[in-house]
Amino acid sequence: MEEVLCVEGLHKSFDGLVALSEVSFGLRAGEILGVVGPNGAGKTTLINCLLGLVTPSRGRIVYFGRDLFEERTEVLKQVNFASNYVSLPLSLTLRENLRVYAHLYEVSSPEERIREVLELFGLWERRDEPTRRLSSGQMMRLCLAKALLNRPRVLLLDEPTAGLDPEVAHRTRDLLRRLRRSWKLSVLITSHNLHEIEEISDRILILEAGRVRALGEVSELLKSFHVEDLEELYFRLVS
Amino acid sequence: MSARRIWGVFLRQLYLYRRSLTRLLDVFYWPTVDLLLWGFITLYLEQVGQRMPHYVSFFLGGLILWNILLRAQQGLSVSFLEDVWARNLVNLFVSPLSVGEYLAGLLLVSIFKVVSALLLMSVLAAVFFGFKIFLLGVWLIPMVLNLCALGWAIGLVTMAAILRFGQEAEILAWALAFLFLPVSAVFYPVSVLPPWLRAVADFVPSAHVFEGMRAILLKGEADLSFLLKATGLNLAYLSGSYLLFRRIYREALRRGTIPKIGE
Repeated sequence: MEEVLCVEGLHKSFDGLVALSEVSFGLRAGEILGVVGPNGAGKTTLINCLLGLVTPSRGRIVYFGRDLFEERTEVLKQVNFASNYVSLPLSLTLRENLRVYAHLYEVSSPEERIREVLELFGLWERRDEPTRRLSSGQMMRLCLAKALLNRPRVLLLDEPTAGLDPEVAHRTRDLLRRLRRSWKLSVLITSHNLHEIEEISDRILILEAGRVRALGEVSELLKSFHVEDLEELYFRLVS
Repeated sequence: MSARRIWGVFLRQLYLYRRSLTRLLDVFYWPTVDLLLWGFITLYLEQVGQRMPHYVSFFLGGLILWNILLRAQQGLSVSFLEDVWARNLVNLFVSPLSVGEYLAGLLLVSIFKVVSALLLMSVLAAVFFGFKIFLLGVWLIPMVLNLCALGWAIGLVTMAAILRFGQEAEILAWALAFLFLPVSAVFYPVSVLPPWLRAVADFVPSAHVFEGMRAILLKGEADLSFLLKATGLNLAYLSGSYLLFRRIYREALRRGTIPKIGE
């Protein structure tokens, strides 16, 4: 299957402290890859490297056959990101915020696209309200709308459902599954919610102390490690 | 009232100052700038006494031009801080936007702020005090450009400091330009300064601009050399600050500090 993202021998250390060690994996077209691991395992560092926010000590990150650090602009036009820890300017309206990003990603027919993504997350009615009026869950939905604005081929999500109520989290997971099928969207998602990751992911990558401890389809992993569910596997590998 | 609880409140603030150079600077910096500025102004007024010509023009012209430098600098650094405060920096830096494009966008903001402030202050100065800044004629253009260039150089250094030290350094967005105020000879000529500060002022582009402004207001003409000195210095400072910013940005990518700014 075609790989849209290929990570080879990724290594990152901060002042001698190893955050990622020889991490290699691929993300396939239309796949959802769940990344789990305890705090400090290197999940956020991995996402930051994949976004070009952190320069790896060594290793390569290749999207669509293009090296991220050599063809940054071209690559990032086809990638997007949302995180529970990143926000959008509160004094701008929802529509103004998305207009800014439509320019940054050079989205064609921006007004139509803004309407499309706001409707997707049930925020169209609130398009002209200041962003500060949104609850934390609605803010996350707006960030997800921003993340889909450029119709990315690869979506990187850092704990996207952490601030969402169960119903909205469920709808978000549903939406990701639909987009994966209809757009062939590839998603790399980190979460501490093992049930969510098990439910949504095609494959799972377990990180611990910056190293890949396991990578594969959930059913395969459960079989090869002789465990019943992801939680059991997780505790076996990371404790 | 509990003395112990009051002490607790005091201690909470004191701990902040113990670990923060910028907060300590805030305590000592502004009084120093104020004292030097007003000290030299009064020294100048005492020297010229009743003989001071065009004093309204000198002060208002100085004030308007100084504001251009401030707006230019804050157009960069405060706009950058807006993205830090909004926790929006990561969204910007993971988009296809390049650092050069980001800086160019902030420069546009800066120019918008400068033009707005210049127009507003010019109108107010003319209406209330009969002072017309446009009396400076075509000289106004290179003067404004030079003050903007210095403002941008200071703005880039401020942004580099925020990238390096985080929000801790945000006070520089308001304070750093004022470091240049006493030696910029905004409200008094360089000749008022003691010899060692005159030597410092020689390396401050804005000092040459304000000397030029006073020469024009006094004699109706200025020596081109003030402009050449200011432009030469500004080219050096602007290139230096841009290189510094690029270097700190690369360092921030290596150290992984960008996602942590504003947390």
